[in-house]
Amino acid sequence: MMTLLANPIHRAWLILLAATALTWYLGESGAAGTGAIIAMLLIAFVKGRLVILDFMELRHAPRLWRILLEGWMLLVGGLILLAYWLSLK
Amino acid sequence: MLTETLPDKAHAPQAPRRLPGDLAIWFFILAELLAFAVFFSAYAFARARHVEEFNLYQQTLDLTAGAINTVLLITGSWFVALAVQAAHRDDQAAISRHLALGWLCGAGFLGIKCYEYAVKFGAGISLSTNTFYMFYISLTFFHFMHVILGMVILSVLWKQARRGVYGAHEANGLESGAAYWHMVDLLWIVLFPLVYVMR
Repeated sequence: MMTLLANPIHRAWLILLAATALTWYLGESGAAGTGAIIAMLLIAFVKGRLVILDFMELRHAPRLWRILLEGWMLLVGGLILLAYWLSLK
Repeated sequence: MLTETLPDKAHAPQAPRRLPGDLAIWFFILAELLAFAVFFSAYAFARARHVEEFNLYQQTLDLTAGAINTVLLITGSWFVALAVQAAHRDDQAAISRHLALGWLCGAGFLGIKCYEYAVKFGAGISLSTNTFYMFYISLTFFHFMHVILGMVILSVLWKQARRGVYGAHEANGLESGAAYWHMVDLLWIVLFPLVYVMR
């Protein structure tokens, strides 16, 4: 178990699985509305960051690339949130 | 091998920052991400104008199939990340084995997606049924084609790995292909909650 958690790639995989189960559960339980959308965007952001930093190995890459990919997550999340806010009007 | 990798790890913070793979693949990935950003926001803004329609038809999607597909892509990505790690410690057999396992996860994804399409098309749903299904079919199919391309790339990497091309001496090509495969996973991590769950 310790050796399993020592490798950041195994750690990322386990968190990604748990986060996916959480998103599935939110969907199955019919979660809707502002709170649910923000929670799902946060989960997606955490998952995306794990893929970017641990799977793509950008944690130790030149900072520019980290900023570009994490920035993409923020841009997409921000646009989805903006569109949701507009739908409430 | 252990004596070679240990000091490297201990000095990781001091090691020079390195971009895995070729610079060109990262420009390509950025272009792909921007294209999908446009599609994702097009979906979100179209939904804002047809909230009731989107909320109604979203419920007809197979949430569990979508979640299983998320698990398959995440696991496929994990296998390919392990293939890259195997290359850095020069474990030739583990490189091709993990690439093959990653490919199988991709095949599983395509199988489940085909089942989902078969159910929807069987019910007479098409691109012109309504705005929601137009987005559902086109977004997921565009991503579907990226999974196929990712699997073609993994096949090439697997063949090369079997010929002993990759190892501690050379992992650039492997890292470039792996980065593309992780991008396919990253896109689905946004697509799944956006299209299947958020309401």
